[in-house]
Amino acid sequence: MTAPVQTPRHGGKPAGGGRERAFRVALYVFLTVTSLIWLAPLLWAVYTSLRDYEDTARNGYFSLPESLTLDNFGKAWTQAELPHYYLNTLLITIPALVLVLLFSSLVAFGVSRFNFRFNLALLMLFTAGNLLPQQVIVVPLYRLYLLTPVPEWLSDSGLLLDSQLGIVLIHVAFQSGFCTFVLSNFMKTIPFELSEAARVDGAGVLRQYWQVVLPLCRPALAALATLEFTWIYNDFMWALVLIQTGDKMPITSALANLSGQYFTDYNLVAAGSLLAALPTVLVFLVLQRQFVGGLTLGSTKG
Amino acid sequence: MAVLDQPPATAPATADTAAPGQRWPGRGRRRATSLSRADQLVLGLMLGVPTVLHVALVWLPTLASVVLSFSEWNGIGGIEDIQWVGLDNYVDIVSRYPRFWPAVQHNLVWLFFLLVLPTAFGLLLAVLLDRKLRFGRFYQTSFYLPMVLSLALVGFIWQMMYQPDNGLINNLIGRAEANQINWLGNPDLNLYAVLVAAGWRHAGYVMLLFLAGLKAVDPALKEAAALDGANAWQAFWRVVFPVLKPVNIVVLVVTVIEALRAFDIVYVINKGRNGLELVSVLITDNVIGESSRIGWGSALAVILLIISLGFIITYLFQVFRREERA
Amino acid sequence: MARFSPRSPLSDTAGVLPPLGRRSMLKGLLATAGVAALPGLAACGSGGSGGSTDTVTFGSNYSDAVPKGAVQSVMDAFTKAQNLKVTVNTKDHNTYQEQITNYLQGRPDDVFCWFAGYRMQYFAGQGLASDLSDVWTDIGANFSAAQKEASTGADGKQYFVPFYYYPWAVFYRPSIWQQRGYEVPRTFDELVALAGRMKSDGLIPIAVGQKDGWPQMATLDYINLRTNGYEFHMNLMRGKEDWQGAKVRAVFENWRRLLPYYQENALGRTWQEASDSLEKGEAGMMVIGNQVLEKTKGQLDDLDFFAFPEIDPAHGVDTVEAPIDGFMLSRKPGNPDGAKKLLRFLGGAEAPVLYTKANPSVIATNAQADTSGYNKLQRKYIDFVGQAKHLTQFLDRDTDPRFASDAATNGINAFLNNPNDIDSVLKGLADQAKTIFTG
Repeated sequence: MTAPVQTPRHGGKPAGGGRERAFRVALYVFLTVTSLIWLAPLLWAVYTSLRDYEDTARNGYFSLPESLTLDNFGKAWTQAELPHYYLNTLLITIPALVLVLLFSSLVAFGVSRFNFRFNLALLMLFTAGNLLPQQVIVVPLYRLYLLTPVPEWLSDSGLLLDSQLGIVLIHVAFQSGFCTFVLSNFMKTIPFELSEAARVDGAGVLRQYWQVVLPLCRPALAALATLEFTWIYNDFMWALVLIQTGDKMPITSALANLSGQYFTDYNLVAAGSLLAALPTVLVFLVLQRQFVGGLTLGSTKG
Repeated sequence: MAVLDQPPATAPATADTAAPGQRWPGRGRRRATSLSRADQLVLGLMLGVPTVLHVALVWLPTLASVVLSFSEWNGIGGIEDIQWVGLDNYVDIVSRYPRFWPAVQHNLVWLFFLLVLPTAFGLLLAVLLDRKLRFGRFYQTSFYLPMVLSLALVGFIWQMMYQPDNGLINNLIGRAEANQINWLGNPDLNLYAVLVAAGWRHAGYVMLLFLAGLKAVDPALKEAAALDGANAWQAFWRVVFPVLKPVNIVVLVVTVIEALRAFDIVYVINKGRNGLELVSVLITDNVIGESSRIGWGSALAVILLIISLGFIITYLFQVFRREERA
Repeated sequence: MARFSPRSPLSDTAGVLPPLGRRSMLKGLLATAGVAALPGLAACGSGGSGGSTDTVTFGSNYSDAVPKGAVQSVMDAFTKAQNLKVTVNTKDHNTYQEQITNYLQGRPDDVFCWFAGYRMQYFAGQGLASDLSDVWTDIGANFSAAQKEASTGADGKQYFVPFYYYPWAVFYRPSIWQQRGYEVPRTFDELVALAGRMKSDGLIPIAVGQKDGWPQMATLDYINLRTNGYEFHMNLMRGKEDWQGAKVRAVFENWRRLLPYYQENALGRTWQEASDSLEKGEAGMMVIGNQVLEKTKGQLDDLDFFAFPEIDPAHGVDTVEAPIDGFMLSRKPGNPDGAKKLLRFLGGAEAPVLYTKANPSVIATNAQADTSGYNKLQRKYIDFVGQAKHLTQFLDRDTDPRFASDAATNGINAFLNNPNDIDSVLKGLADQAKTIFTG
């Protein structure tokens, strides 16, 4: 449909007089109020975490503070052994993130740049796989992991079970569906002439992928990296089923422990939870610029 | 360019020996014309390794779950300890499991709610934000931020919001002292209270998807619609929205799956009991934990799987039919 | 065509390609591989299944700071005494419990923490724990007959070493009761009447926090034990009685008399929050175990308890609900001899003293343990349990876990929500009991 009408790219709307200005004002008011409402629960948590437990015990949480303090953050940091669990989670999240982007870009490259008979079936397999509920696969997965030996240098358990490697692998397998789908759509927007030119110059498949297509996918990779970082970082189901040593647990379980222990001390638990969420918020803020641009889902082709 | 720096040492594909399984490009698209044997191998590995991993860890366990749903098994021992009971689990689940139908009902309410409110609101926000705005980044961030947080944190934050005597909401509406509203404890109310929290997260997600879609719409198209003299409302629904159809499908499916997969937030709040039962919670209760009833839980999983597959297939059909036409 | 395309790919390519070329990506990958290998290497020394003879591994759910420290002090003493290292694998208690089936079949530690009663028998019966009869010949003298019974599997062998217990009772603050002139109720009728008086005095009669789904099981147990007695209760727990029968119905009818005096919004509150209202004097009493002691450390002087009152004189108050925590030996321990040494140590007189010194809110099961350091309530507990004819372990430890965690929890919640619909609650319980207790 969409015949491209030759109009100059517009920066802002053409100045439209009083009605337009009224609309702009209303728009800003609406967006400001709404975004503040959206932030309210988070700000409430931040406010709680900054208050002393004795203070809130005396005056209730809905009150003006006697003083504000960062003590809760310090206490949560040590009580929940956050540094240890940050490291645990990053040891899972970062390899999983790199591998999932690598694997899914490989598959996406294959199915989007070459014409195989099974292209569509392969893509459907990956896409559908991502949409399955986690709970559907946990029991057989546990059995599979229990039966799969792994060299000791990769997993001290000698099995996929109770190893960070196992968690990384299931994240990669499970998340590669979504990433393959997004990346293959993105790659279809990259002109074929590019890889064709490389091919004529004698570049093999691997170099077409590595040096031509992949660099162009950076916006999509950045967007996916942000999303996947959040998802992998926040997951607790796989670890719950597949990790059996307390010291290997991810940060989500450290939090469970903290809130199990200081049940009624909302101030401390709020501080701990916010600290635990910090990496995902930071990653999001840093990569935000690429975010919307990269996540095209390639699906707005008319 | 790095590629061009390389001397064309390798044989410039002259003999066009089309690899088996590879078709000649059609419909005006130029594709790689031929593959050397090495390239075939590389390509096979590129596709093969991820596929094997995915199939082995996702699809095989799924099939195994289907098989296990016809069994009675406490999860201990080997295959010889499994009793095969045919369709008994399914019959018992629908006829004498008191939590099943409420859970299905809650999933449907969840789905309906997510489809209507947060989705519409996310679309609205996306349309409003798809223009040059001062503080545009700030607005976008505040709406999207909840999506970044773990559901454990979301559950915790909303427990603090909903707390009967100390929560923000009761205090703001003056119901903290007397006549407290038990947002999360009242089984007639708590599903909706939790849905607000879920919607809080979901709207940002939907906004983001639509925003990505809108940014991709040819600006000329929006411009042309505006120049037509149609007012913004009409222009949007008549011209822009139809172009967004693919995004709409993505949003629809993402929402459906989110609704069917919903789990963490109710699990964090009260383990999915007392009015917050969901099918995913029932599965978890039966397959994870001390009380393993693998067959029973697997049958529940298969029921959820069948419902999900209905949507997955519709979705794939929609998405890949376009593919075929392209 | 309204299609998205990456920002002018051609011009981008020229400038961007080389930097993001092979080298940086390769570096990234290598770093990743290194990172992935790290945990394996770093943790090499501490593996559990290695079967080394100088180390015993210990799976612990003592994850809160105080109990965790207390366990560590016990293990340190053991290491000193026996020259055997103990590697403690601590997981938070929720995770520990949710994982137990997988854990015991996967790579369990040599010795692991668990609970007495059916829950112990279940795993022993499944072959996931090892026989401890030889350990018991050495430590048997330290324990009562009831405790030995609670440590014995269905095959008559012992599988469990008891460590401490936390009996359940009705807690109150004596200062408030004195001030209002309340007296400890001896019968259920008196309890109901007292609750009525509290209500008209403006108190919340009974503090309740049922959000986690299990605390109210104690009330069901006690009313059943007082109405129908120990034998019936245990048979009901083993699926040998009908949940829709008249006897169970009577239990719920009795229970219903208490509900008007329950704290509102019971299902939205944790037991910790409920005990807050007891501590603050807003609530008159609460059915709870002695975990309340750990929570209310500051107010121990103004806290007391009494047995859940009598309903049928034939049964009196002869049974105390006193869940026991202890230790078991896993299926194929890597170091069986060391593990048994550790279990003997844990079942001896020294370990519980060390533990209760570091964590003074529990009561050691060991009769030889020195109780001189106990506080007033801990001493009262010893008599309280000592006089009991029977001990029960708590609903979720006396019945099939599949029945407890799903059917019983949700049946109780449904009853609390809708006390007038006993029929459908009991039908739900009976139906599920039939699908679970098939043996």
